[in-house]
Amino acid sequence: MIPVNYYLTLSVVLFSMGALGVLIRRNSLVVFMSIELMLNAGNLAFVTFAKMHAANLAAVHNGQIFVFFVMTVAAAEVAVGLALIVLIFRKKQSIDLDQLTHLKG
Amino acid sequence: MTGELFLFFILALTAVLTAVGMLTSRNAVYAALFLVLNFAVVAVFYLMLGSPFIALSQVTVYGGAIMVLFLFVIMLLGAENIKAEVTLKKMWPALVLSVTLLGLIIYMIVAKVPMVGLAAETSVADAAPKPLAVSLFSTYLLPFEITSFLLLVAMVGAIVLTKQEKKGAGK
Repeated sequence: MIPVNYYLTLSVVLFSMGALGVLIRRNSLVVFMSIELMLNAGNLAFVTFAKMHAANLAAVHNGQIFVFFVMTVAAAEVAVGLALIVLIFRKKQSIDLDQLTHLKG
Repeated sequence: MTGELFLFFILALTAVLTAVGMLTSRNAVYAALFLVLNFAVVAVFYLMLGSPFIALSQVTVYGGAIMVLFLFVIMLLGAENIKAEVTLKKMWPALVLSVTLLGLIIYMIVAKVPMVGLAAETSVADAAPKPLAVSLFSTYLLPFEITSFLLLVAMVGAIVLTKQEKKGAGK
């Protein structure tokens, strides 16, 4: 028996590492990967809560289907996001976030 | 310590170490490979939590499709190495923020979530994908269809965004 808190703590640790990655990395591809890490940590928490309510089968399915939807949204997000990164690279020959300062005016 | 708990700690350590590896590796290809390993470990956690369908979707969608797309773009742009990464001086506000976040949520977990034990083994009836599919195609039919539409829109969007305009076509 593994306490539910262990899974949740692991999920939170992964989430904060993703947040840290978004804040400290300057390579926009790695920042994007950190966002995926955060989504994944959220999914882990969802599945944990689903398992926590294992007595109620409908609750288990709700949790797992929500994870499924998060995955599809992540896939769509990656497709559009990577297309944008390719566009930015074509325009500026760089994907360094510190150089994307056009909106500063 | 039971074998189950031992397995959990080994896997959790691997997950955290691969995440650290992703954050610290200078080469974007290494970061992507660390992330693949992290997704694989999380897939094992899903198996332990009794959701084999989610675990296998994780491997195919995240470990397969999404990370291949990432690696493809990294190779395409030739953006493996980016100079001028952050120094420790620039890093500490971010470090403080994320550690604060970590501390707050862990405090909430300790204070609010009851210590419920989760058995790693699952009964076959809960884990089978069939009832999940029934639920997906009955209760969640509309969100499911919206999801498929979303994927279509994302695909068309990606194509439109990256399409090269023909030189001089507008003149």
